[in-house]
Amino acid sequence: MATQHSRSAARLMMAPAVILLLGWMLVPLMMTLWFSFRKYLPLRGGDQGFVGFDNFVRFITSSAFWPSVQTTLVIVGGVLLITIVLGVLLAILLDQPMWGQGVVRILVIAPFFVMPTVSALVWKNMFMDPVNGLFAHLWKAFGAEPIVWLSDASLFSIILIVSWQWLPFATLILLTAIQSLDSEQLEAAEMDGAPVFSRFVYIVLPHLSRAITIVILIQTIFLLSVFAEIFVTTGGAFGTRTLTYLIYQRVLESQNVGLGSAGGVYAIILANIVAAFLMRIVGKNLDA
Amino acid sequence: MGRIVLDKVSKRFGDVEVIPPLDLTIEDGEFAVFVGPSGCGKSTLLRLIAGLEDVSGGNIAIDGSDATMVPPAKRGLAMVFQSYALYPHMSVRKNIAFPLKMAKMDQAEIDRRVANAASVLNLADYIDRRPGQLSGGQRQRVAIGRAIVREPAAFLFDEPLSNLDAALRVGMRLEISELHERLKTTMVYVTHDQVEAMTMADKIVVLRAGNIEQVGSPLELYHTPRNVFVAGFIGSPKMNLIDGAEAAKHDAHIIGVRPEHIDVTPSGGIWSGKVGVAEHLGSDTFFHVHDTGLAETITVRAPGEVSFRHGDAIHLTPRADAIHRFDAQGLRIA
Ligand SMILES: Nc1ncnc2c1ncn2[C@@H]1O[C@H](COP(=O)(O)OP(=O)(O)OP(=O)(O)O)[C@@H](O)[C@H]1O
Ligand SMILES: [Mg+2]
Repeated sequence: MATQHSRSAARLMMAPAVILLLGWMLVPLMMTLWFSFRKYLPLRGGDQGFVGFDNFVRFITSSAFWPSVQTTLVIVGGVLLITIVLGVLLAILLDQPMWGQGVVRILVIAPFFVMPTVSALVWKNMFMDPVNGLFAHLWKAFGAEPIVWLSDASLFSIILIVSWQWLPFATLILLTAIQSLDSEQLEAAEMDGAPVFSRFVYIVLPHLSRAITIVILIQTIFLLSVFAEIFVTTGGAFGTRTLTYLIYQRVLESQNVGLGSAGGVYAIILANIVAAFLMRIVGKNLDA
Repeated sequence: MGRIVLDKVSKRFGDVEVIPPLDLTIEDGEFAVFVGPSGCGKSTLLRLIAGLEDVSGGNIAIDGSDATMVPPAKRGLAMVFQSYALYPHMSVRKNIAFPLKMAKMDQAEIDRRVANAASVLNLADYIDRRPGQLSGGQRQRVAIGRAIVREPAAFLFDEPLSNLDAALRVGMRLEISELHERLKTTMVYVTHDQVEAMTMADKIVVLRAGNIEQVGSPLELYHTPRNVFVAGFIGSPKMNLIDGAEAAKHDAHIIGVRPEHIDVTPSGGIWSGKVGVAEHLGSDTFFHVHDTGLAETITVRAPGEVSFRHGDAIHLTPRADAIHRFDAQGLRIA
């Protein structure tokens, strides 16, 4: 790949992929920006021209905006917390030699292959249904009043469902990281007088920090746009309306493309703020 | 301080007996070296002493008290691993301080000991770096530093120099010997490099398939190997082992002559043969002599430069007082 000729050939061959990717990204972005400055009501008069920053002001001043940002962040934070804490514990567990290890590992990873819509529906109807759900039966077995999960503990329920989906991902990445830990380091620490918990804190956790960073970054990107799980369970009611869901409602339920697009631009900004924060906090881990 | 006594210690992994019951005493302040071919159980034996593996039978006593069931941290031993096993996310200072921190020592004492170890091992220049930013030799020093701050009853080394290049290995070998002179602490050292074994040890333990073949000082092993295995294992280049009619002449089943105990002459020697490869090192010359009718090759070490070439006829005379005789069981005949 060193000669002038082969380099230009390489460029030529990469060009279609690059152009496709750019188009894929730039066209929707440009359209969103374009519509966000227009009054566009498909069922009530169609495209009615430029309105300046009107949509942006209306979106942010609506009473639903700040609660939706908060909901989004609570879901992202909650899921990250649960998946990382449980992921580390599960990874340590799966790393122990035990009977049926192969099967257990596949079982742990299985939820990742279930589509979000399906898994949310299963959770909603099989586990969280206040009359027929397994949880309801469990509660009744102990003589307790069943919880109406999706309305009384709606946000927590969503966090639970999404965590269940993402736990395998976190576990998988953390497991491979744990397996790469040099066992002599643990033995050295053992000889140095570190009890089990200290070994975890001083040796295992620092070793995992890079993997945890990667899990946080990747999950955050996907969790900011959680949608299906909310759509099929609460439909955005009971304080589960995230920013993504709010945009969906503005565009499709209120039939206001301009307003929704303005929301989309805010979502892009929010995602970038979060990403910048994360990079600042955990980025140090990546280049160490 | 650090007397280690193994009493009928054995180790099995599943059905495989890696170490059959074995007795061994390492005296306080002694530098004991375990040598033996790869897979003979040197590391396993060391790890049994350290407590990183449980014994399958027998007892281990350290300083007169039974330590068989004592966890590694409580045995008062420090280990230096082949891979160094430094903590990669901690600075050199924190690495060395780690065992002291785990012992909940107060900060002033920790600082004092770390500073002391750093000056003993010349670590001061890179005390705030991480292990990843150090060379192999420097990492080795840090690993030793981490071991000495605890002031252990004994040090355990598992092939600590095998990842270093030849020149550095010689340097570190001297440093470790120097350290032993200064600290006078018991050291148990595993290696498969017999130069290390010969130069550093007070006592060499030769192992084969988990069995102790001989225990003794380096020169004892050199001059009076107890059997054919030890005779062939200690010494470089290897001792020439000759069986058959020539051995029978000496009333033995096998006789052994070290390469340095054979004189070479152009004619008139006891044995004769043809020079194969001649290795001229300047200080010595090694000849690999073929067609002697004794063994496939006889290795000879002649001091200085001797001008035999490939294919020359050569005559060999073993020194009569340096012939080792072994019986049919391979044991030494006194
Ligand atoms: N955890 C284990 N499980 C089963 N067998 C083992 C285990 N550890 C070591 N062995 C076996 O025990 C024998 C001795 O191993 P050990 O590591 O003590 O050899 P060694 O003398 O240190 O060799 P080397 O010079 O190559 O390091 C080997 O045959 C090895 O296969
Ligand atoms: Mg070994």
